[in-house]
Amino acid sequence: MHELSITQHVLDIVMMHAQRAGARRVTRIDLVVGELTGFVDESIQFYMDMLTPGTRAAGAKLAIQRISTRVRCRACGQEFHPQGAQWACPACAAPGGEILCGREFRVESIEVE
Amino acid sequence: MEGILSANDQIASQNRQLLDQHGIRMINLMASPGSGKTSLILRTIEALRGRVRIGVIEGDIASSIDADRVAARAVPVVQINTGGQCHLDATMVSRALTRLPLEDLDVILVENVGNLVCPVDFHLGEGLNVVITSVPEGDDKPYKYPAMFLAVDAIVINKLDLLPYVHFDADSFCKLTTGMNHDVRIFRVSCETGHGIAEWAKWIAQQRQPWVKKGQGVA
Repeated sequence: MHELSITQHVLDIVMMHAQRAGARRVTRIDLVVGELTGFVDESIQFYMDMLTPGTRAAGAKLAIQRISTRVRCRACGQEFHPQGAQWACPACAAPGGEILCGREFRVESIEVE
Repeated sequence: MEGILSANDQIASQNRQLLDQHGIRMINLMASPGSGKTSLILRTIEALRGRVRIGVIEGDIASSIDADRVAARAVPVVQINTGGQCHLDATMVSRALTRLPLEDLDVILVENVGNLVCPVDFHLGEGLNVVITSVPEGDDKPYKYPAMFLAVDAIVINKLDLLPYVHFDADSFCKLTTGMNHDVRIFRVSCETGHGIAEWAKWIAQQRQPWVKKGQGVA
């Protein structure tokens, strides 16, 4: 829902680094997005297409790496990927556990020329 | 490599510093629409009247209905209309803080926009995060919105008076959420009858920053 402002944040970061690097053009933007964040790839791309024309990032390829949620069971230490209603440990059936990853949301790198 | 929400996080930490200087604890209340956020705030104000000085920030997409209800209880309140945005952010809250009498407050309750998805990604400068869920919404919300239930310090289950009429397995809900979020506190309340409000209000009172005495700096 809020991908417009989010995409603007992404572009602010991209433009700042492109300017620092003295780049004419941004050719690629790499994002890392965890499964537990509420951000939708298609929406980010949609707003990117809307916001970038006329900027250094016009036509840049957007690559989004999705990180799956990984949970470590507090009872037996098993690591697993919770999906839908399956938040119980597949080994011992204890519910939930410690979140190892899935909350990432960052600009990993950009390519410029 | 740079966090996309770092600009918001920075303003949130400025808010937090300002609140710390005033010895105020800000509590971010999140929930879906209609789960009873405003009702819980009103109950909390009444339960702690004369003991904890509460201020309120009301976030809504439009209207000041909620703020009017709170203002009727003679409590400082600021309404933020997000104009369509689905969550509060740190900048909106920093503007709201300039309109509250910080010298005279112990706790600020923030009613976020009714939404179980977006608010969780935007820090405001809060000391605690709370989600309110209500019995008619069903006991499967943690499966559908795991990020929300993982991010909070406390869960309030509201509308407990409706348990005889709708299916809500409170025990399995609690087992699941404490499995997902080990240290989370769970309160079972009914804002309609007042059930459980005393325990919740006691917890809120404990969240004050007791080591700071107003006007004297750190004691």
